Parts: sequence; structure tokens; C-alpha cells
Amino acid sequence: MKKIISVLVENHFGVLTHAAGLFSARGFNIDSLAVGETEDPTISRMTIVAEGDEKTLEQVKKQLNRLIDVIKVIDLTEEDFLDRELVLAKVRIDDKNRSEILQIADTFQAKIDDTKKETVVIEITGDEDKIKSFIKKMKPFGLIEIVRTGRIAMGRK
Amino acid sequence: MKLTGAKILIESLKKQGIEVMFGYPGGVVLPIFDALYDSDIKFILTRHEQGAAHAADGYARATGKVGVCLATSGPGATNLLTGLATANMDSVPVVAFTGQVKTTLIGNDAFQEVDVTGLTRPISKHNYLVKDVKNLATVIKNAFHIASTGRPGVVVVDLPVDIQMQETDFHYPEKAEIRGYNPTCKGHIGQIKKAVKLIADSKKPVLYVGGGVIISGASEKLREFVEKTEIPVTMTLMGLGAFPGTHELSLGMLGMHGTAYANHAIQESDLIIAVGARFDDRVTGKIDEFAPHAKIIHIDIDPCAISKNVKVDIPVVGDANCIIADMLKYIKKPDIEKWHKNIASWKKEFPLAYKNDSKLRPQYVVEEIYNITKGKAIITTEVGQNQMWAAQFYKCDSPRQFISSGGLGTMGYGFPAAIGAQMGCPKKTVFDIAGDGSIQMNIQELTTAVSNKLPVKIAILNNGCLGMVRQWQELFYKKRYSHVILEGCPDFIKLAESYGATGIRITKKQDVKKALKRALKIKGPVLMDFRVEPGENVFPMVAIGQPINKMIGALA
Repeated sequence: MKKIISVLVENHFGVLTHAAGLFSARGFNIDSLAVGETEDPTISRMTIVAEGDEKTLEQVKKQLNRLIDVIKVIDLTEEDFLDRELVLAKVRIDDKNRSEILQIADTFQAKIDDTKKETVVIEITGDEDKIKSFIKKMKPFGLIEIVRTGRIAMGRK
Repeated sequence: MKLTGAKILIESLKKQGIEVMFGYPGGVVLPIFDALYDSDIKFILTRHEQGAAHAADGYARATGKVGVCLATSGPGATNLLTGLATANMDSVPVVAFTGQVKTTLIGNDAFQEVDVTGLTRPISKHNYLVKDVKNLATVIKNAFHIASTGRPGVVVVDLPVDIQMQETDFHYPEKAEIRGYNPTCKGHIGQIKKAVKLIADSKKPVLYVGGGVIISGASEKLREFVEKTEIPVTMTLMGLGAFPGTHELSLGMLGMHGTAYANHAIQESDLIIAVGARFDDRVTGKIDEFAPHAKIIHIDIDPCAISKNVKVDIPVVGDANCIIADMLKYIKKPDIEKWHKNIASWKKEFPLAYKNDSKLRPQYVVEEIYNITKGKAIITTEVGQNQMWAAQFYKCDSPRQFISSGGLGTMGYGFPAAIGAQMGCPKKTVFDIAGDGSIQMNIQELTTAVSNKLPVKIAILNNGCLGMVRQWQELFYKKRYSHVILEGCPDFIKLAESYGATGIRITKKQDVKKALKRALKIKGPVLMDFRVEPGENVFPMVAIGQPINKMIGALA
């Protein structure tokens, strides 16, 4: 089971260590973690994607809640939410497959950020499924490097 | 009025009502020690920072107030760590102040620099590194608030030396305001009503109570609850004294070295009412076979404790004292006469006992300490066999009477904790029940006891070995006694005397009473060296991985 947990924290140093340390100390696995300031500059939002069984994830939420600098823990998977991730993918390219790659990128509404003779950097934004299927499509051409921001998410309410 | 950071610390401590602190000086805390020079706060100079942390912890456990300790940066801070981990694991309110190198040097591997907030993160409830003197008063206010409310714990405040010297206007906040921290106090009334109904319908209920009852001051309410419902009570090591150990409804301690009747009662029960306890592995034994027929009501202030180890049917999050008070409004007595008969027969069949012959046995020593102090002493323990015998045979009737490192199991805890307890409760008799191994881990604090005229009594149950480890090697490692025999022990009598304390050696059973009487008459610290039977084991015992009703040596 996978959960997206949105955590509002005090925006000062040391908070990230507290949260990240909690995961390692309790043996929780994080899939991804994205941090940024919110509309209120004194508050940061951490979006954590974690995998585990129901009991473990329940503990994750409770343990996060227990941290003094954590203001609120929201389990987005319990409600209707919107999620996005931005990925930069460096793909091997040659004259034969160039048009095919560009066409695939186009169907995914991806952006070509940088083109070299042998490589192309494609920027794609989307939810989990879209990113997954894009990566699957690109794999046969040769993925040299992938950089991901980690997922961010927002409740629709 | 402008004050330096160091003065702000002292003034803030005064505002918090802090009367005593424990610690050790060093380079980067010089400004604080200079401010202490003119202050009314009683400062107890221990002989090791670990001793200071344990003493602050013992003071806190004995009085219910916040314990305060102070150490310098680097090794001062790292020496505190074992003590802080000990306190935090047992939910003891301690605020620790550490010196830090000046802010401009942080991260430079400066002399005596360590990353204190990094080191203490997993062993504290919260920590602060103060980088601006303007925040200092608020940080101190918050630190005491966090340490002492909700599930209490350790808060560390790391103070760079330049912050201690900078000046700012001093204003101590009236109230701590932390938006991410609002511990629940009152239990959910719907949950309470559900719990009460389950209790009324139960046939074989057991109250399983832990340190949370003592921390929340719920002992009186608990007693009222028990006398109304007649539900038998078993206690964890941390819960000893939460309910009178001599009460007829007390089952004593449960778990690995608990009484056989407590463990049988748990395994047979149809309803466990856990209050301020956390289903620790030393209590549950093999978790899959723990209390197989029981529904579980769990009252705890820490939501994380709920359903962490066992699945709970009715959780009630909040302060135990509040929740029991609310339950008392609705509670009906369950029909459990048959259950009482079961329990009475277990008590008769499997009493807590030891071989009462002419030999000097450690359990006998503990019983005689109980007799001579009329069960009223504050007992601190070290860790190992001495701790278990103290738990089994010193039947505490009051909360804050039994002080022991439960969660972390820290050897060397008992003696400095006794010093802290004696500082907090000067009129009480304080006994540290120790082993010859543990006592040597913080023996240097004899100086602290002597120089502060603290009449702490130490009873070393001296069996010449690390008894608990030896016991495990005997039972589970084919008697291959690997590095547990303590050869070259010092002469404890001479040692005590060289520190200016009194030493008494007891080698015969018939001398125990007389020696204890003499020790209690002496106004200063007394170290008693009881040469007990070396091969004595702690029974009953549940081996690792066994359910708690599978006990070794349940019959004496």
C-alpha cells in the first residue's frame, strides 16, 4: 500500500532532520519526499510518499504528528487529491529514432529542454501513471539519467 | 532590562521555579557558571555528566517536577546521552542544557564541538539550538512546557557560548505557545462509554497499569476504580507503586520476571484494561500468543502507543487521571466472583518465593530492607538481577517510590538517581538496590553524596558476577560463562571509606538486620556490601520468544 502524506511543518532549520530521522529510526521507507514553502512563509509543506502495510503507515502518521514542529498531518490518500511529479529524462537519441522519440514526447505533452547530437533532455510533468508509462516508453531507447522532484499533491476540496 | 544570555537562563530557571540542577562545568559554559555563582539555585556538582543526567532524572521521578542538568559542549554533552536516553525512554521530564561552540564556529569541527541536536534527536522529545539570544527566553519556556506535558520526556537546549554572552531585553513569556503541540487531555466520552460497557460485561478482566498512571497522578482515582469494580491489577516495572503492591487485588508485576499469577491472569483474561502502559516486549513475551482470549481497552496519552504492538479494541487517548475520573461516573461492577477464585488459586499455587535457608540470599536482603523501612523508602535500582529482586520483593504502595530504568535498562542508573531522589525528598529514606557490576558504573558519585551530605544507602547484592547475564548463560548458553565473572572487584568497604562514606560488609544471614539498623542510624551515605549466594537466579522467568504463561521456576 502506498500513501501520500502531506505534512505542514514550521519553516525553520532542523525540522527536516527530525522528520527524516524519524523514518530511518523507525525503519519506515520513503518513496519520495518533496519540501517547499507554503502560502504562509512560516510554514513549509513536506509531501511524503511512503509504502508499507496499514499498521506501519498508521504509525508513520502518528509519529509525524508527535513531532513538535509538525503542525498538521494530512493523509491525502483518504480524500480526493491531485498529484504531480516533474521528471527530467536524458534519453539516447540518433537519426533513426529521433522523430519517434520526439513524437512520443509530444503525445505525453512533454517538453524538449535540451538537444544534443546523441542525447535529448525531456521534461515531463504528470501523475504517477503518466510518469510510469512515459518511462516505460523511453526505456528501450536508452535512458541515460533520470532526475525526479518527488510527487507533490493537493486535496481537491 | 538588558541581560546576557547566561543571566537570562538563570532568571528563566527561577521563573520556572527550579530549585536544584545537576551538572559539570567546562569551557563553553563558563558564562553560565559565572551567572550561577550569584544565584540561589542549588547546583549539585556530580563527578561525571552521566551522573548529572541520571540525578536530574531521579529527582524528577521522585518529585514529579522537571529535572534539570547542565553540561559543557563535546564530551560533556556526549556523556549526558545515556542519561537522557534513559529518561526519555521512561517518559521522565528532564530539561538538559548543553554548551556549544560559538555560532560562527559551528560545523567547523572546533575544539569540543559535537552536533548536539543531531545526537539527541532520537533520544529526546524535542531539542533546540539557540542561534539568537532574542529567542532564548521563549525557547526555555517552551522546553519546560514540552518536557512536562503530554507524554513527558527530555528536551535539550544547546547554547552556543556567544549567545550566552550577548545581551537582550529579558521578558519571560507567561505561556508557551506552540502551534504544532497540543497534547490531548480529556478522553473521548464515546470511547469511555464503550469501554465502561465492555468492563461491565466482562467475566475475567485485568487492569494492566504502567508508568503513565504515576506520571498523570492517577493513583488515587485508580484505587477508587479498583475498589468499585474489584478488578485485579497487575503492574509493569514502571507502574510499580501506581497501585498498592500490598493490596489484596494486586497481582504484582507481570511479564518476563513477573509473578506467575499475574501472567496466568493475563493469558486467561477476557478483557485487558491497559492504562499508561505500552505493551513492551518484556511484558508481552511472544506477541502472537499474548492474552489470546482478551479484548483490549488501551488508555494512553500517546496516540503512537495505541496499536503499536498489539491490536487494540477500544483506544482512549488522553490523560489517565482525567479518563479514569470520567469512567468512574459510569462504571458498573462486573460479575467476576469466579474469576477471583481462579486468581486466588493461582496465588496459592504459584507464590512468589525463594529458598529460605541459612544462606544469605539476595531476596532475603530486599525483604529485610522492606521490613526495616516499613515499606516506605524510595527504592532506586541498578539493572539486572538486583532490579528484578527489588521489583519482586519490595512491595511499593505509593507512586514515585520505585525508581528504575525500565525502557533503556541502564546499568549505573540507580545510584545517581538515588542522589537526585534524595535531593528532591530530603526527609525520605532512599535506598539504591545495586549489583556489584552496576554500582561500579557510576561509583564516582560517592563523592557527590558525601559532599552534599546525602544519606543515600546503597545495598550491593554482591554475587561476584554480572548476575543476569550469567543467568542467561547458565540457562540458554550451556553454562559457558563468558566474561561475566567480576574478578578484581575493589574492596567496597575501603572504597567507601576513601570517599568519606561508611562501608559495611555483611556475609551472614543473621547479620542483615543488625547491619541495616546501623546503616539507617548513620547520617551520611552508607555502602553495604552484601555477599550473597553467587548462583541465585531470578525466577519465575519467561524465556525470549515464549508466551508469558510458559515460565521457568514458577514454583519455589
